[in-house]
Amino acid sequence: MSSTTTSAAPETAGPLLSLRGLEKRFSLSGDFLEQLKFKGGKLVREQQYVHAINGVDLDIQRGEALCVVGESGCGKSTVARTVMGLITPSGGEIHYDGERIDDRTTKALMPYRRRMQMIFQNPYASLNPRMTIQQTLEEPIRLHHPEWSPQRVKDQVAEVMASVGIAPDWGARYGHEFSGGQRQRIAIARALAVDPEFIVADEPISALDVSIQAQVLNLLMEAQRERHLTYLFITHDLAVVEHFGTRVAVMYLGRVCEVAPTATLFATPRHPYTQALMSAIPRLEDERPQHLRLAGEVPTPVDLPSGCVFHGRCPHADARCRSEVPALIATDEGGRVACHGVEEGRIG
Amino acid sequence: MSLLEVNNLDVRFALRRGDVQALRDVCFSLDRGERLGIVGESGAGKSVAAFSLLNLIARPGYIAGGSIRFDGQELIGMRDRALRRIRGHRISLIFQDPMMTLNPVLTIGEQMVECLKAHRRISTRDARAISLRRLEQVQIPSPSARLDQYPHELSGGMRQRVIIAIALLLDPDIIIADEPTTALDVTIQAEIMALLLELCEEHNVGLVLITHDLGVVSQVTQRMLVMYAGRVIEQGPTREIINDPQHPYTQGLINALPQMATPGSRLNQIPGSMPSLDNLPSGCAFHPRCGFVTRADGSTRQACVDRVPGFVTSGNCQAACHMVAEMIEHERLPAEEQV
Repeated sequence: MSSTTTSAAPETAGPLLSLRGLEKRFSLSGDFLEQLKFKGGKLVREQQYVHAINGVDLDIQRGEALCVVGESGCGKSTVARTVMGLITPSGGEIHYDGERIDDRTTKALMPYRRRMQMIFQNPYASLNPRMTIQQTLEEPIRLHHPEWSPQRVKDQVAEVMASVGIAPDWGARYGHEFSGGQRQRIAIARALAVDPEFIVADEPISALDVSIQAQVLNLLMEAQRERHLTYLFITHDLAVVEHFGTRVAVMYLGRVCEVAPTATLFATPRHPYTQALMSAIPRLEDERPQHLRLAGEVPTPVDLPSGCVFHGRCPHADARCRSEVPALIATDEGGRVACHGVEEGRIG
Repeated sequence: MSLLEVNNLDVRFALRRGDVQALRDVCFSLDRGERLGIVGESGAGKSVAAFSLLNLIARPGYIAGGSIRFDGQELIGMRDRALRRIRGHRISLIFQDPMMTLNPVLTIGEQMVECLKAHRRISTRDARAISLRRLEQVQIPSPSARLDQYPHELSGGMRQRVIIAIALLLDPDIIIADEPTTALDVTIQAEIMALLLELCEEHNVGLVLITHDLGVVSQVTQRMLVMYAGRVIEQGPTREIINDPQHPYTQGLINALPQMATPGSRLNQIPGSMPSLDNLPSGCAFHPRCGFVTRADGSTRQACVDRVPGFVTSGNCQAACHMVAEMIEHERLPAEEQV
């Protein structure tokens, strides 16, 4: 491993990454002219937004694997992309290693881009079909270390290929020649090529078969041990979370409803949504489905419900839940939960 | 005799470089009201198996041999007209992606009425009444309003409920469901599976459930088949296979699940990946990934490399594996010597 990794891990206190009131909304209304409408004889400007994330506060400590779980549309992928700077947030702050990074220019962000890398869900889309594997792996190194000699770049690629179990002769081949599991291995190698300290993985194993999922998860865990990586792991698969994560954040409609150490969350889920989500995992030992039934479906993030976003489906909702947004409060078990019912002691 | 009996089914795809055999010697049966799971990874042939039951294999695919008997009639080689009377009527299908199954330019009601009228002499008014009752059965909120809505106005979970309602329209004997919940979220998946299970039990409908999710199979089915590279490699009662899998591949599949390992430890991965169907390994197709090709004493089990294993029976389960055959042989020998 090169010297950069060791020097990039100073023993500073505080979280590696912290999100403060992060918000992101996407406009649905098109450009300015399309937003203009006649109403009651007057020209008014109307805008409609998808509220993908609405005030997310999260800290990621060094060396941990924080898993973000939730159903489609809950904003988990938007969190991942915003953290990486692929999407500019509409509000809130992102601090990386003590420095605010969300207001930086692309150029000023470059040093951070080397320290944080991303692995995407679909390895069929994330590899450039016109590049050989060697070129794919060399590209990020050349970008971040333009001063390195060609030989040094090649050595670095060879080292990273060996560490993720890619045969040296793969280098001359193209992405389409490989299976899904092999491609994801290549995508992981590309992320590791610049010796990052923080990896955002957005559903890295959902597109893969069960036996291949285990291979890729093992690879990610090995990389974490050997390179002291910190993970932000986005997934909808709770069985994977239980195995892989040190801490879990459960998201619903753009808000975090519960954060807790993995063992705590699985032993004593507090938020009614977390409880429903956990009960819905099909387990091998079940002879019948035994999930908690929720009323209705996830509302659209265009018109957010007032108060607690979960109140429409929650069996414990009362008047306060319908009007007041719950804040994350600490629980006795060491987690944090955003639920009036738990706060008031109405829900066990 | 079973309601559905499949014997030695052989499905091939005629490609320019020669035939690729997608299914080999697939045999299974389904009794009235029974729920059967077909499990395997992508490329194992589970969807091809489901589609060939109703001769829905599109060219260049074709059924090269075997027999599919449904309620005493042979379906292979049956005329299209006759087959259409069974398809969608006595055997109905649920596909993975509900948006692909529903016609986007027809309302839900029109599609349901169309399906009823294709199989029965019935007035539109009666057909709508039956459709409404089915939508109520699948617990769709405000069902009468849904009849006049288009598929894009419904959420994914709601669409899959409509598909289930359509599958149940004509009181079928069997529903074939191909990964019916894969495109849905966990909580919605749980709801849909529970609904499908309840309806099948209530109406005594047989279910062939194709899935890659062992948890779902365990919750819903009574018997299961495990497929690998176009063959059935293990079959038997679901609970017995899940609790005590015989075939090394089934064992590997179950042991690879994160819930089988202590959190944070290394998962038991199966090395390698499924071979492509046009380049299958010799003998047992699983042998290059199998840990049992080498015996405990270090000798090679040559049969695994040379011969395709046949089924051996162990308890109520059958597994196609030379190692299992050898173990059963070992157990039997001393017992016979004692006699």
